[in-house]
Amino acid sequence: MSATMVTSPTSAPTIRARPTGFIHDVSTIAGRALRAVPREPEAVIPPVVIAVFFFVVNLATFGQLTEGSIEGFDYTAFQMPTAILLGVTGVSRAPSLVLDVQNGYLDRLLMTPMRRIAILLGHFVADMAVAMGLAIPILILGFVLGAGFETGVLGVVVFLVMAAMWSLAFAGFGYAVALKTGNPAAVQSVFLLFFPFLFLTTSYVPRSELSGWLDTVAALNPVTYLLEGLRSLTTEGWSIDLVWGLLAIVAVGALSMSMCMAALKGRVNAA
Amino acid sequence: MLEAMNSSHNTSIASRGLGRRFGELDAVAGIDLDISSGEIYGLLGPNGAGKSTTVRMLCTLLGPTTGSATVAGLDIVDDSDDVRLRIGAALQEAALDPKQTGRQLLWLQGRLYGLTAAEVETRVTDLIAMIDIGEAIDRPIETYSGGMRRRLDLAAALVHNPEVLFLDEPTTGLDPVSRTRVWDEVRRLNEEIGMTILLTTQYLEEADSLAHRVGIIDGGRLVAEGTPAELKRQVADDLIVARIEGDTRHAATVLAGVAGVRVVDTTDDEVTVSSQDGAATVGPVAVALAEAQIVLSDLTLRTPTLDDVYLEMTGNRLQADEPAGEVV
Repeated sequence: MSATMVTSPTSAPTIRARPTGFIHDVSTIAGRALRAVPREPEAVIPPVVIAVFFFVVNLATFGQLTEGSIEGFDYTAFQMPTAILLGVTGVSRAPSLVLDVQNGYLDRLLMTPMRRIAILLGHFVADMAVAMGLAIPILILGFVLGAGFETGVLGVVVFLVMAAMWSLAFAGFGYAVALKTGNPAAVQSVFLLFFPFLFLTTSYVPRSELSGWLDTVAALNPVTYLLEGLRSLTTEGWSIDLVWGLLAIVAVGALSMSMCMAALKGRVNAA
Repeated sequence: MLEAMNSSHNTSIASRGLGRRFGELDAVAGIDLDISSGEIYGLLGPNGAGKSTTVRMLCTLLGPTTGSATVAGLDIVDDSDDVRLRIGAALQEAALDPKQTGRQLLWLQGRLYGLTAAEVETRVTDLIAMIDIGEAIDRPIETYSGGMRRRLDLAAALVHNPEVLFLDEPTTGLDPVSRTRVWDEVRRLNEEIGMTILLTTQYLEEADSLAHRVGIIDGGRLVAEGTPAELKRQVADDLIVARIEGDTRHAATVLAGVAGVRVVDTTDDEVTVSSQDGAATVGPVAVALAEAQIVLSDLTLRTPTLDDVYLEMTGNRLQADEPAGEVV
């Protein structure tokens, strides 16, 4: 490889940097994050496979049992929100942000005139788009297996948006750890939150079938209210459960995003 | 005070008492800089001297804990957004996304600096010609050699034609040929475009060859500053360097009494004698060492280098002038 460095044309000095709009900054970062997704199928395919696997297996395991013991119960519609949360929880570009920290590329981004919050928001936008993309095949499978939506097409849209919002709220913990530590292993460890959030709740059976400590914990778990909100869209129609579901996302998101912003501020100030 | 300095001297980079503390460590302990527009300024010092920390503060990546600074006439803390519009930087480690191609990275840089698509295309075409990495520009950066990464990093720093360019050890890890070519490009940017360039280096030759003025930094402090010629004149005398097999302190004692010898310094295995007339003194020095039965492995007479200036100012040699080059 030749290392020749030739003189570049000098007509270009008239081209200068200029301030950009906030939307421009966010969309540019989101575009970069989304372009990276096809290069890393290992980050998005396994979550969908796992979600589909559990969806099908859980239907086979608990379907007859629950529908036989609870009159009028539709286990397919009940399980679809669980499957979608399994698919979208923990899917984020936080690991790539850690790499940006490690290889110094975050410094290059921080030296551009873009608003620094746009770095995070761009990733968030990309994450929500990916989460919706992952939820769609699971949703289609649910339809194929007979699940319906009492709330119609608008309910489907709200369902997808809530799934993406939850994905982002959970991803916030990963971004906070990524920015705070710059350590890939630490970011991976955030996945441990996945288990209490998604299994100490009404993932498999309705709240009425839970007992003892699990019922108590499920009552404290925001995912319980999120699942009930999502299920209300499929089986009940528009109801107050939807509001509780949204509030659950807001509560978790407020916590994770506060941590995120603090971590970003810390990195920008002390990098 | 900084504003007055900026306007009266057309200063591009100015700092007063600029410092950064990490816990108990003063990485930069109050640096005053006045770098004129269109100047190449070299910050020379060993690893850990505070060069990179100074650059990171001036690039708005790191807040100072003491003092203040302006870049392109703008305060690095209060006007950091505007400062970032006017600067480019290639930091010590090439700051690249290994998953993108070189072209994608340059395009993204251009867009983040607010360039239109047509402007980005123009600049990317120019910069690809400049760094000459051929078809590799469309390959993922993770496949690049270290030298290719450094050149792409420099291109990324230039995509928006910054007024002020920071280069933090720009040739560390490069082979001598690539290093010379980077120097040529730095000179061209300065001479043709008038770009102000602050570069840090631990290579004496780099500072001597490239910089209009050099600041010697040691322990977070600027210990000397001037043109390379001015700095060498501070040492002034010719230097006789005797490499000794044995006790250099004994040799120094012997040489201190030789006629024409002004100052004697010792390092591990060398005794350095300064003299106003080196040619006349080198003979008596050799004789004195021989009479004292001190075994010489080498005796040279030379004019001062920046390393001698560094020795004079800090009591240590820089000893980093010949890096292990990487073949690219």
